[in-house]
Order: sequence, then C-alpha cells, then structure tokens
Amino acid sequence: MLAWTIYFSFAGALACLLTPRANPRATRAVALGTALAGLLCGLMGAVQFKPENGIEVITNVRWIPALGIDFSLAADGISVTLVLLTGLAAVAGVLFSWNVEHRTNEFFAFFFALIGGVYGVFLSLDLFLLFVFYEIAIVPKYFLIAIWGSTRRDYAAMKLALYSFIGSGMVLIGMLAAYAVSGLASFDLQTLAQHSFAPEFQHWAFPLVFVGFAILAGMWPFHTWAPTGHSAAPTAASMLLAGVVMKLGAYGCLRVAMTLFPEGLKMWQHELAALAVTGIVYGALVALVQKDFKFVIGYSSVSHMGFVLLGLATLNLVGWSGAVLQMFSHGVIAGLLFGVVGRMVYDRAHTRELDALEGMGLLKAMPFAAVTFVVAGFASMGMPGFSGFIAELQVLIGAWQAFPKLAILAGVGIVVGVVYTLKTTAKVFFPDKPDAAEAHEDHAHELEPISVPERLGAALLILCTVIIGLHPRLLLDLIVPSFQSPLFDGLRKAAGL
Amino acid sequence: MNTSDYFQLFSALAPEVIVVLTALLVLAADLLGLQDTPRSYRMSIAAGLTTVGCAGAAGWMFLNPVVRNWHNGMFVIDPLNEVVKAVILLLTVFTAMLSVEAKFTRHVGEYFALLLLATVGMMVLASTEDLLMVFASLELVSLSLYILVAFDKSSRQSAEAALKYFLFGGMSAAFLLFGFSLLYGLTGTTYVPRMAHKIFTLGPDPLATVALVMIVIGFGFKIAAVPFHLWAPDAYQGAPLPCAAFIASGSKVASFYVFAKVMLLGFSQLGWGDGSSAASGWIPLLSIVAALSMVLGNLAAIRQTSVRRLLAYSAIAHAGYMLIGFLALGGEAFASLLFYVTTYTLTTVGAFGVLGVVEAQVGGGSLKDFAGLSRRSPVLAACLMVFLLSLAGIPPLAGFFGKFYLFAAALTNESQSLPFLWLVILGIAMSCVSLYYYLQVLKQVFVVEADENARPLAVPFLAHAVVVLLAAATVLLGCMPGWLLDTLHAAIVESSW
Repeated sequence: MLAWTIYFSFAGALACLLTPRANPRATRAVALGTALAGLLCGLMGAVQFKPENGIEVITNVRWIPALGIDFSLAADGISVTLVLLTGLAAVAGVLFSWNVEHRTNEFFAFFFALIGGVYGVFLSLDLFLLFVFYEIAIVPKYFLIAIWGSTRRDYAAMKLALYSFIGSGMVLIGMLAAYAVSGLASFDLQTLAQHSFAPEFQHWAFPLVFVGFAILAGMWPFHTWAPTGHSAAPTAASMLLAGVVMKLGAYGCLRVAMTLFPEGLKMWQHELAALAVTGIVYGALVALVQKDFKFVIGYSSVSHMGFVLLGLATLNLVGWSGAVLQMFSHGVIAGLLFGVVGRMVYDRAHTRELDALEGMGLLKAMPFAAVTFVVAGFASMGMPGFSGFIAELQVLIGAWQAFPKLAILAGVGIVVGVVYTLKTTAKVFFPDKPDAAEAHEDHAHELEPISVPERLGAALLILCTVIIGLHPRLLLDLIVPSFQSPLFDGLRKAAGL
Repeated sequence: MNTSDYFQLFSALAPEVIVVLTALLVLAADLLGLQDTPRSYRMSIAAGLTTVGCAGAAGWMFLNPVVRNWHNGMFVIDPLNEVVKAVILLLTVFTAMLSVEAKFTRHVGEYFALLLLATVGMMVLASTEDLLMVFASLELVSLSLYILVAFDKSSRQSAEAALKYFLFGGMSAAFLLFGFSLLYGLTGTTYVPRMAHKIFTLGPDPLATVALVMIVIGFGFKIAAVPFHLWAPDAYQGAPLPCAAFIASGSKVASFYVFAKVMLLGFSQLGWGDGSSAASGWIPLLSIVAALSMVLGNLAAIRQTSVRRLLAYSAIAHAGYMLIGFLALGGEAFASLLFYVTTYTLTTVGAFGVLGVVEAQVGGGSLKDFAGLSRRSPVLAACLMVFLLSLAGIPPLAGFFGKFYLFAAALTNESQSLPFLWLVILGIAMSCVSLYYYLQVLKQVFVVEADENARPLAVPFLAHAVVVLLAAATVLLGCMPGWLLDTLHAAIVESSW
C-alpha cells in the first residue's frame, strides 16, 4: 500500500503537466486528488503496519544485478511516520497554493515530482535507490523557487540546488567507498549495515555522509540555504522545504550514516551535538533580530532542526525517538507557520517587513490568520499540549543523559524561541500602536478574506499537532519499536543498548 | 594466402564495404541525377540512403556474428567491436537526420559522402589492433572531419575553425606517428598485444616512456583532454551544426575506444618504476590529464554565453571523467567507460539537435536565445532538460548511472587502498560545478519569459523525432541500464578482455 504513494505522486505530476494550461481549476482538482490519494495510501499503510515486525519489505525486484542494486522498498515505523508527514504536507501544500494562477500545471507537476522523490527516499531500503530518489528531489525544488518565487529567487534557487547537490555528492562518495570497501557487491542497506567497517574508515566516512545529509537538514554552519530558500520560495514550496525536505536530510543521517557507520557516530558524537546546539541557539538568536517575517520562520526552522540532530547524536533511545517525533512535529508546525506567513499574510499584504505589517491592523483584517499564527506559535515554542513539546522534551532528556551541559544550552535556545515567537506575534498581529492600526482600517478592508482551502489546510495541520501533542503514543508506538530491527543492530551495539 | 581467405576477409569487411558503397552511391546519385531538384529533396534522398546504408551495415553485423583476427590484428572482429561499431552507425544516422534541414551547403552529395567516409574510418578504427591500421584509419576520420568542419563556405568562422582543427589535428597525428614508430623500433612489431609482450620482457626503457607520452599527447588531442583541448571550443562553434555533433559523438566514441585499447592492451603490463606489474607508468600521467580536464573544462564552461562553447567545455570535462575509466584497468572499468561514452554521445547529439532548431529558428545560439523555450516549444524544452540534467548527472537519467558506474568501477578495483578516491572526489565535486552552468541554460528555457512577439517555433518533424527519440533513450538507459550493461559485459567476456 505504502509504495503507491510514490507511484501516485509521479503519475499525478504527469497528469498535472498534461492538464490544459488555460484551465487551472482542472489542474487543482487533479493535484488535490493526487495529494489526498497519497495521504490515504499513507494512512492505510500506517493502519495495516505492524510495528513489532521491524522492517516490512514492500517490494523487492532485481534492478541492476551487475552492481547488486535492487528496487527494494520497505517501511519501518520511522518511514511510516515520515510518509504520513509527507502526505499531510502535500495536502496542505495544495490547499495553500490554490491561488497559483501562473503556469499552474507546471507548478503542480514540479510539486508532485518533489513529493514523489520524498516518498521514495522514506521508503527505500536500497542505498542506490534511496540516493536516486534523494537527487530526483533536487531539480523540482530549483524550478519551484526560480519560477514562482519572490525575493532574490534566482540566487536562492541556485544556492539551494547547489547545496543539495554538494551534500548529495558527499553522500555519493561515502556510499561508493562503503560499497567498494565492504566488498559485498550489494547496496542493500541491511546487508551493508551488518558489515562492520574498519574504525579508520568509519572515522572519515561517517562525518562525510552525515554532514552530506545534514546540509539538507539545515545543520549549522551549512544552514545558510535554508532561510534564503524558504523566504524566496512560493508558499507551498517553503512548506515542503521546511516540512519535509529538511527531514530528508535528517532521515538520511539516521538511516544511512548512522546505521552504516555506528562507530563513527560514537567518535564524532560530541562534535555533532555541539554543532546541533550551536544551530539551536544561533538560529533562535538570529530569528530574534530578523526584519522579514519569513526569515524569522526560516531561522526558527534551523533552530528546531537542531533538536533533531541533537537527538540523533545522543546515542540513546529517548533521544532518537524524540528526534523522529520532532521531525514529524516540526514538519507540521513549520508548514503551518509558512502557510500563514506566505499565503495568508504575504499574498495579501504584499510585504513581509515586520515594520510595515505592524501598521496594517492584521488582527482585524484577518482574524483567522492571527488565531492560526498564535496557535502555531504556541506549538512552535513547545507549549504542552502540542506535538513540539513532547518531541523537544524527549530530545532534551536524551541529551541530558549524554551531554548535560549542551542540554542546558539547548534549553536556553527554547527560551529564546519563546521570545522571538512572542515578539513577532505581538508585532504583526497585536501592535501596541492602536493609532496606526486605526489609520489603516480602510486599507484592511481591501484585503481579500481568508479562503476555504486555506482554512481547511490550517485546520488539518493544527489538528495533527494537537492530536500528537495530546496522544503522542500514536506515533511513538510506531517509532520506538523500529529501533529494535536488525538494521539498527550495529547502532544499538555502539550505543551499548 | 589463397582466394577463399580473401573472400572471407571481404565478407568480414562487408559492413565497411556497405558503408563505402553507400558513400559512392550518394555521391553518384546526387551528382548525376538530382542536380536540378530542390535542395530539401536532395538532402532527404541522401539522408535516406545514408540511413539505409548504415542500417544495412549494422544488420549484416548482427546477422553474421564472427569472432576472428586477420593478419595479426590488422582486422579484428569480436562482439565488443561490433557493439562499438553499431553505436557509431547509430550516431551517423542521427547526424544525417539532423543534417536534412541544414542550409549551409549546396554540395549535398559530397557532404554525405564525407560523413560516410568518416564513419568507415571510425569503424575500421574500432576493429583493428594494429598500430599502422590505427594510424591510417584515424587519418581517414580526421581528413573527412576537417573538410566537414569547413563545409559552410559562406562562414568565416567555419573556415577558421577548420584551419584550427586541421593544424591541431596534424600536430597530434605527428605526435602519434612518432610514438608509434618509436614503439615499432623498440619491439619490431605493430601488433599491439605482441608489442605489449615485448615491452614487458624488455623491462623499463626510456624510449618506451617517450613513446607512451607521445601517444598520450596524440590521443589527448583527439579526445580533447586538457592541455590538448584548445581546438575544441572553436571547432564546435565554427563547424556546421551536424558536423559539430558528429565530432562530439562519433569521433569521440571511436577515439576513446581505440585509445583505451592501445593503452590497456599495449601497456597494462608495463613493468617499470618500482617494479610493480600494474601500469604504474601511465597511470599518474593520465590521472593528471583527467583531473585537469575535469577542473578546467567545468570551470571554463561557467563563463560561456554561447551554448555551443558551453557544450564544448563540458565535453572537455566529460573527457576527464571518461579517463577515470582507463585507470581502474580491467573488464569492469572498460565496460563502465563504454557505457559512459555511449550514453554521453547519445545525450550530446540530442542537445545539439535542440540547439540546431533554436539556431535555425531564433537566429542564434547564445544563452539568451533560449529564453522562453518552454513556451515556444514545450517538447524541445522538456527534451533539453533531460539531456542537460543527464549531462549533469541527475538520476534517473543515463548520465547519472554512467558516472555512478564509472566511479564505482574506479573504486572497487583496489578496494582496500582506494588509490583513485581523490579523482572520484574531484569528479563528484566538479559535477556540482557543472550543475550550475547546466541550470543556467535551463533557467533561460523555463524561467525567463520570451519576448512579447516570440512565436511558437516551427520544429521540423525529423528534428523533433530525433530529439524525442534520444531523450527517451536517455531516460530508458538511466532507468534500465541493465540492458546495455549486460550487452557490454557479455561482449567483453567473449572478447577475452
């Protein structure tokens, strides 16, 4: 069932491309259908999925026997979680790009090509296949930003494409070296994970592959593509970038770098954790002083993805499952935030300058946006009751066990997170200059009302973060048993579990 | 030698004979019968005859598979040669089809005859293991190509390019002949395997080193590797488009094949230096040439505004990648090299096909002339995207798998010490650079809007067909590389490499 998410998305991309250019409504219908089909497949797959079985192989066909490459798709609880996230982000993305009128068919074609690649990465068990899907996702990102983007889109699109490609180049080197050194003539992840690579080899191969993936996860100091890319991208693309593409990177770190080179992780654990915490604190501090609304969210993404990387580096189960949960949680929340900023505010106010927005009386003009942003902001701060709380708490507990000092610093990052979120919310929606708001009252009425698709998309995402916040076991029961599968044997051994 | 032997030789040479006869037929038909008919008619007839001739030659090869060696390697037929010859014939057919719409000449018969004569030269080049024959057939190829480059008599650029190509080519032939004659003086034979044996038993010899360097220089010109690349950008730019495509494709396949054969058959057992039996003499030499080609080709391509020059520099860079295939020695690496050359040339011909339409219809071949191509001809734009992304090495296109396989073969050869890891790293890093300039072209095609008064392009049917066919081949060879790979593997095994 899960594999159909991939096929549906690519078929949907083609179908969108073939819809007539003059009829955007048809394209939107096809797009929404595709996204819903993907989400439904993901949900059905998740319901049928038995987490206690570990990895469930979906398909396994010989592809290129000469090199030991198989077309093998498989899922464990981690994949299922992220497939669900992708489905949600796709549906919300379509709903939030209902107003795309310029080259609509191409827009959704690129959109679903990207989604298909993302599903593929999450479901691949063959390293080569995983890499293929990982790279397939690069090109659509470029065009989504370059064609439909805003501020400095040329620069941002090229930067994102090159960063991704350099990252995947590093992964490719490590992957080929691992293939050659293991001598197993196989790219199967499970086979490779059971081979114990020499420590000297892991010492250089691990950081290469991990950082290669982590570039896409926004790891400091390789995060600079993220704020520029997020802010230049059209709404749906920023939702996808922050929501799922950054997770691709983190997923690659966990699935490839850590399972293949567990000893390497142990050697570099402290350095990685330090970088992750730097990202958390740095991202939050920089978000504090941004003047562009989208940049605030962009840097907050860097900060929150730091928690994922920190969780991965802890080498304990609480940290790992917290990291995966944080991937899901941040995917939903970031999607929501970018939806509000990009679609609800920017598309109507045509500015993202916080100072300009301050005087627009947005609270009265679009109360729905204000409420959504406040809820999303709370979720993003890590208020109890939302998914972010459980996830970041778990990461912090895990980090406390592994590196207490860094855990405290990460806690500081959370506090700064509260500050910038509140500050931004207050400035945009609750300005303390009532006169200015009054003066712009007339202007406020010119803004078109929030449309139904937007409301649906926002409601969907809010619902998810609340459900997971109140009942995190829904996902944790999927995630935690995954770490018992043979794929993670070496990792558990290195962690002493 | 008795008469039956001659008859056998003749039947073995039948494919070449068929092509020669076709050349004569085209010449005769055009000069005797068609002088008064319109040019497009003459072009179509000539191209049709060429296609039939090439198909006949290829058909003969596959209906009469022989494995034999005549007169000590003067003429050798084995499955591998036949595959290479089939590729050359295919490229000739595509070139002929691209020529049909060309308007640069009135001398239709001569043009196609020269094209076919160059093809014969390449075919003989592919099926000989004798240095004299290598030289003679290389001259046949070169002389035909010099004239073809100069064929646009109305263009100064064409003449200049031809002169440059001729001077450089003449130099390279001199180097090659000098190297060959030194080898003959040293070993008393021109048959490559016997020569290899003699050199091996003679032991280290400075004369052999000189000969080796001369040969590398000579072939370096042919394959346009740095520092022997200077002719390539000018020749690509000045030559009539189909000729440039042919130089970039057919000539490349033949030169690489014979270069690899001479090096791998002739020098792979060279025992000098530290006494190691591997080809320690020429590996550092070729490593440097490969590294320089990759770096210089890719960096210089960034600055180009003419798409032809861009393709020329990218060809130089690709020659660097292909040289990596030499270094790993052995069947696997040779298969990867041939796979790469084949897919690269098919892709390049496709890119030239699109370029030809744009040059003819828009009036120029600079980056700006591609603006808005996605609106003006969606099919061509999509195909160009396939070609360029394949050249950049994005999966699931053929170029990606070619690079992947090449690098994998280079690493798996001596998997414990990974001697070529640095070249692989350099190659992957340089692919990241190449993505930048390929995306610059695609940005013009998809992102930049065309002028107000730009109308849809009237693409000739044949050009459309060739381009779409090649794009489909690029996608198919990328998704299912197993087919070509298995063919090459089987051929290499049967040819006892």
